Parts: sequence; structure tokens; C-alpha cells
Amino acid sequence: MTASHADDVEKHTKTYVNVFLTLLVLTVVTVGISYVHLAVPLAITVALIVALVKGSLVASFFMHLAGEQKAIFAALLLTAIFFAALLLLPVLTYMGGIGTPQHTEVVSGAESGH
Amino acid sequence: MEHAAILDHAAPHAHGHEQSFWRTYVFSLDHKVIGIQYAITGLLFLLFGFTLMMIMRWQLAYPGQPIPVIGGWLGTANAPGGIILPEFYNQLGAMHGTIMVFLGVVPLAVGGFGNFVVPLQIGAPDMAFPKLNMASYWVYFLGGVTMFASFFVPGGAANSGWTSYAPLSVIATMGQTIWLFGMVFLITSSLLGSINFIVTIVQLRAKGLTFMRLPFFVHAQLVTAFLLLLAFPPLEAAGVMQLMDRLAGTSFFMPSGLIISGQPIDFSGGGSPLLWQHLFWFLAHPEVYVLILPAMGIVAEILANNTRKPLWGYRVMVLSAIFLGFMSFIVWAHHMFMTGMGTTISAFFQTTTMIISIPSVIILSALFLSLYGASIRFNTPMLFAISFLPMFGIGGLTGLPLGLAPSDIHLHDTYYVIGHFHYVVAPGTIFALFAGIYYWFPKATGRMMNETLGKIHFWGSIVFMNLIFMPMFAQGLVGINRRLWDGGMQYAHAAPYQGLNVMQGYAAWAMFLFQIPFIINFFMSIRSGKPASKNPWDATTLEWTAPSPPPHGNFTSVPEVFRGPYEYSVPGAATDFLPQAQPDSGGAPTPAPTAAH
Amino acid sequence: MDIPYVVDARPDTGLNNAKLAIWLFLASEVMLFGALFSSYVLLRVAAPVWPHGYDVLNVPVATFNTLVLITSSVTMVMSFASLKMNDLATFKSYIGITVILGFVFLGVKAYEYSEKFSHELYPSENTFLAIYFTLTGLHMLHVIGGMIVNSYYWGPGSKLWHTAPAQFTNRIEVAGLYWHFVDLVWIFLFPVLYLL
Repeated sequence: MTASHADDVEKHTKTYVNVFLTLLVLTVVTVGISYVHLAVPLAITVALIVALVKGSLVASFFMHLAGEQKAIFAALLLTAIFFAALLLLPVLTYMGGIGTPQHTEVVSGAESGH
Repeated sequence: MEHAAILDHAAPHAHGHEQSFWRTYVFSLDHKVIGIQYAITGLLFLLFGFTLMMIMRWQLAYPGQPIPVIGGWLGTANAPGGIILPEFYNQLGAMHGTIMVFLGVVPLAVGGFGNFVVPLQIGAPDMAFPKLNMASYWVYFLGGVTMFASFFVPGGAANSGWTSYAPLSVIATMGQTIWLFGMVFLITSSLLGSINFIVTIVQLRAKGLTFMRLPFFVHAQLVTAFLLLLAFPPLEAAGVMQLMDRLAGTSFFMPSGLIISGQPIDFSGGGSPLLWQHLFWFLAHPEVYVLILPAMGIVAEILANNTRKPLWGYRVMVLSAIFLGFMSFIVWAHHMFMTGMGTTISAFFQTTTMIISIPSVIILSALFLSLYGASIRFNTPMLFAISFLPMFGIGGLTGLPLGLAPSDIHLHDTYYVIGHFHYVVAPGTIFALFAGIYYWFPKATGRMMNETLGKIHFWGSIVFMNLIFMPMFAQGLVGINRRLWDGGMQYAHAAPYQGLNVMQGYAAWAMFLFQIPFIINFFMSIRSGKPASKNPWDATTLEWTAPSPPPHGNFTSVPEVFRGPYEYSVPGAATDFLPQAQPDSGGAPTPAPTAAH
Repeated sequence: MDIPYVVDARPDTGLNNAKLAIWLFLASEVMLFGALFSSYVLLRVAAPVWPHGYDVLNVPVATFNTLVLITSSVTMVMSFASLKMNDLATFKSYIGITVILGFVFLGVKAYEYSEKFSHELYPSENTFLAIYFTLTGLHMLHVIGGMIVNSYYWGPGSKLWHTAPAQFTNRIEVAGLYWHFVDLVWIFLFPVLYLL
């Protein structure tokens, strides 16, 4: 085992610790913000952004995605596209106009005139 | 027994020790054995699913009449006095669909043909993960047993359609719970298998076998594996949620204020039946491309081989298959046009659906054009493969009015839909699968199937398939709804079209009779078919360089590939085919084919 | 012929078989949890009223759990780094701690669930609780699965180090990828369910 190999792993270890500390801080941040009780759309946006940052750190450094092979990225990109479709398209079918959810009235058998 | 000869060569004698019967034939790690297990189990389920339909066909032809001969066997819970009850008819319908799609076609097309052929065609000794492969078969088997067993519980099998729409499925009898557990097994099996296929195709290709030198069959299986990998999990999640609704009283799919038989139901409400539909169709639409892609792959191989010329537009076909796979994830709500979605989103799905027809048409056209100027050998696999083209064409074209929202208003949930999808899967995919069996049987067993029996099987099947399904377009256009226990007797104006059910019934039973030559041929040829050489079809792809049947490890020497997959009738060559693994006599290897000839 | 690229990378793809396999599996898991997140979105949008997570669930306790899981992710990657340094003993320590932290996570969740059940707050109560229990329940099953694998490699599985160290290291890398993913899901689950 060469000295440079040991140095490599030590550099990685430093990175892991830094990422860990960042994740701790971001967790405290996201919980702290929740106590501010922002309006729901804003709260969702902020929470998701923080989660995305945390997730990217875990993926890039713990999972070594930074510098991973093209094939992996391609598979993950494909997945991300379909994930987005699954998340967004169903709820769009609920919106008759743009951005206005339709609340469907529930009508009992007697009222609907059967 | 001679039939053991098929699998003898799979036994690892090369390892210098005999493995037990169980390790060799039952719990084998060899992809060829596993492929045959999948194929035979799949064929048995196809037969069983067909039997369910033949019972339904009686009810449709003669509603309320007792079934002759077998009426007594169905039991009084299902058919008192031999007359099929509506509840039983619904079980038959739901399970026919489930079994055909999930236990029959996909296991045969992907588990059977994929497992057996892909490693051979890419020059690999086996799949990347043999233990995972074995596990995926046995989990599928477990799922099949679960589904079969559901017929015998109180209330019978699932009866809310293969689509299991909520809220009906949530309040349905016990069989639905068993269906959900069965689906969990099948989805797990599929997941393990799809990972195996992708890793195998990406990582285990022989030297010189670049992506654009792969047989189209392998491309088709690769795209199929991605569809299974990414589209099934949402159905798994939905299945878990429906189980929660049924067993834990949650209201994922139960809307507020639901009243059943005059009584408000005891659920918290707040759920959405449409949520189930979205998650179900998110899988079920890519699933139909899982059904068709391996079939297109099989047809491509057989067409190239029996026309003695390269496939027309190989590169375009490959790109179309990939584009098709991608688009298949964003069209699903065309199954939901009638659920009240807004016109904007409806237009979106209509557009993506129209777009997805383009790669389908390209692939079909390329296959048709491959026949032009060909020197055609009309053997049994080729007959089935050629017939796939117009049959899939009819299926595909009849899908267009369904994919356009305005016409779908009239046609949704009618017999037109049933006609459309059966044309694609039955005389479409299943004919391609028959073609594949006749084509690769010599490789798997070392024996040829009988041509005369094969041709009888073919002609009977194609005539009666069309007699069963062609009338359905008329029945649908005149307005007869699907899934009606009595075939639509209340549609007085449609009585003549409903009367066609008599002819369709006889066609179905005749169709069954014409499968008997196939079954006889299959088992007879294992024992006494004409012995086959390594390459009885004079084909170019790698599987034909291995012995028939191939030994454990497949190839006696490490294969290397020098050219594309369809080098047939190359000008100036000594023979009318140049195998992929045949080295050039001198100079640089032939580059992969780019343009059509 | 043996199956190639079990440990060594295939030159043109740069991958070994197991690494590609686990990433593909994780892709399918993204779609699995994605379906549940999509359900959450649809149910919430369609609901006339929807509670704030912090009014129903215990945020401090879950924050603690989040930190537990993040820490376990670090110890997991450190266990892999230890193997790269040829240090089996340190590997065992780190992966052992990872398993213990997994138990802590499960214990906290068990406490949370029993708190809910003791107040008759079951999944059938309303759709918020239904999706909460289903999402966290499925996540928990994944945690348990990972713990079983990690325990195996802490225990009898570690024997492989002595006969095939490169293959063993590769397996730990793969197990680590799975474990990090379980952490990743929680990183999204926690704010969505508890903080919004």
C-alpha cells in the first residue's frame, strides 16, 4: 500500500467529516425555519431546496456520485425525468384551469336523480 | 428418458462432479434451464388463461344457458346448475387478463426467451447474476401459485378486472387481497430479472460486440428491462396502499361520502380512486410495450434470417425502440380520458400518445420493408413472423381512435378496446412468441420441430384469431360495453352484433383445437424430432455458434465478434451469410451496418 | 468461462457488475418512493383540509432521528474507507456502530408509533396519518433490510475478507450505497411529513 493511497483515503475522510458537519447544520436550519411557519407554498419550496442540497451532498460524496461513470448518470437522469413525470402529471389532471384545483362535490344517489 | 438430453448439457460435468437432480433441473443456476422453466411455466399459464376465456365465451354466446360437459366441475358457488354466475364471470375476466399478461406473456417473452437467448447472443457464459436469476424464477412461481390459489378461497378469485379499480376492488372479496400479494411477488421477480438483464447486456458483451452490432432482439430486451425496472415500482406502492385500504382501513383510494347499497361506508374518506388509476396505468402503459418489444425483437431475428438479407433500417429501428421506451412513461393517462381531467392535460396526453405511434410505425415499416426483394423461406417460424406484421398493424391502427380523446369518448370501455389490445397481444405478440419457439427450439433441444404440424398450427391459429377478434371492432362501435356478464343483452339495438358472440365462441374453441398440434409437436419433437446441427437455419448471430443444446458455460472457446448481426447475402461472399463470430480472411473487421441496402 | 467483471471494472463502461446493479436497484427504489410522494401530493392537493406535520407529529424526536441516520451514513462510508486502508478491525467497529445507530432509529420510530397508537391515531384515522404510516413504515422496512445486510457483513460475511479482499470491499461499497440511499429517502421524508 503506497503512501499516496493512504493520503487519498485521508483526504476522503476529511471530506466525509466536512459533509457530515454541513448536513448537521442544514438539518438544524430546516427545522428552525419550520418554526417560522411560512406560508405553505414558500415553506414547501424552502424545505425542498434544503433537502435537495442535503441529498446532493450525500449522493455526491458518500455515494461517490461525483466522478462516477457515464452509464450511472444516464440511468439516474432517466429516472429523474420519470420521477418528475410521476410527481407532476397526476396532480395536473386535477386542475381544470391552470393552477386551480377542482373540488368535486360528492352527490348521494337520491340527489343525482336516478 | 430422452427429454433429459435437453438439459443434460446444462449439467456442470465440466466441473468434474455430478450435481443432484434437484440442482440440475429444478434449482439450477444455468440461464438456459431457468429460461426453459420460465417458458414452460409461462406456456402452461397461457393455456390456463385461455381456458378461462373459453368458459367466458360460452356465457357470451349463450347467456344464462348451462355449460355442457364441464358445468358440473365448476362448483355450485360459481355455476349452480352449470349456469355461470355474474360474480364468477367477473372472476374469470379479471384473472384471464392478469394471468395472460403477468403469468403468461411476459414470463415467456422476457423470462423465457430473454433468459435463454440473450446471454448466447452476446457471447456470455451466463447472466451476470445466476443466483438472482434463479431467485427471480422461483418468486414468479410463488406468485403464480398465489394467483391460482385465489380461485379456491371463499368468494373466489379477484373480480374487479385486471385493473383492480378502487373503490370496487377495496370492498371486493378475499381473492383481491390474494391478488395483491400475488402481484407483490410478481413485481419482485420482475425487478430482480430486469436488473440482471441490464447488467448482463451492458457488461458481458463479447469482445468486438459494440452496441450497434447487437441483434435487434437484444436491444428490445434491454429497453424492456428498463421499462420493467422503472415502471413497476409505482404499482408495487399502489398495491401496498390498496392492501392498507383493505386490511388497515385506510382511505388512500376511498373518497369521502361514498355510499354502497344505500349505506355510507365506514372509512375516513378523503382518498381518491383516481390515485389508484394513475399509479396503476403508470405501470400498465409501459407494460404493453414490455409485451410488444420482445415480440418485435423475435420477428426481426426471424425475418432477417429467412429473407437472407439485412434488416432494413437497423439503426433507425434501434433508435425507435429506445424512443418508444422513453415515451411510454408519459402517455398513461390516455387510459383515463373519461375521468374528468381538464382539456389542457388531456391534450398533453393525447399529443404524447400520437407521438408514440411514430416509433411503432417506424419499426413496423422497417420490418415490412425488410421483406422487399427478399428470398423468402416460408418455414413455420417465418409464417408466424410475417403474420405478426399485419396483425400488429391492425392492432396499432385501431389504437389511434382510442388515443384521440374525442373518439375515445365513444369507444372507451367498449368491445372496440378489447379488439384493439387483443390484436396487438394475441395475433401480435403471441404469434411472435410461437415463431420464436419454432425458431429456437433446435438450439434448446438439439432437435427440429415438425414442419407439417407447425403449418397446421399456424393456419388454424391465424384464421380463428381473426374470427374471434375482428367482430369486436363492430361490437364496440355500435356501443356494447366491455366486462358485461351477459355480453350486452340489454343493448336491444345491438342484438345482431351481440349475436356474433356465437360465431366467436366457436372460433375460440376451434382455436383451442388447433393448439393441440403445437402441444403434440413440442413434446414429440423433444424425443424424436430430426436432430439439429449447431446452425440449422444458417443464421449469423452468436447463439448459432454454440452446440445445440449448448453446454454449461455456452461456448467452447471465448467468442469474438467481427461484424454486424445481419450480414446476409453480402456481395462477393462465398456463402449467403457471414456469421458475426467468423473472422475476416484478412484486413480490418467489417464495420457495423449503417445504411439500409 | 467464469463470469467477468465481478470485481474488476469493464474497460469501456468503467463499472463492475455489482455497482451497476445496485445503482439500477436504487433507481427502481426512487420510483417506489416517488409513487408514495406523488400520492402525498395528490391527496394533499385534493383535500379540503390538511394538517401541518408539526401539529400532528413530534418534530424534536424526529430531528434526533434524522441526525442518527446521517451519522450512520458517515460511519458506513468510514467503514468502507477502513477497508481501503486494509484495516478490518476498524471496518468492524464502524459497521457495528452503523448497525447500532440503525437500532436507535428503529427504537425511536417504535416510540413514535406507539405514541400515536396509544391515542387511537391509526392509519385509518385520516389520509395524513395513512400516508405518514405508509411512507415511514416502508422506509423502516428498508432500514431493517439494510441492517440485516450490514450485520451479516459485520459477522459471518466478513470471512470473505480473508479469501477475497477486493470482492469483500466491493460488497461493502454496494451495501454502503444502499444504506446511503435509505438515509437520502429520510432526508426528503422528514421535512415533507414533519415540517410542512
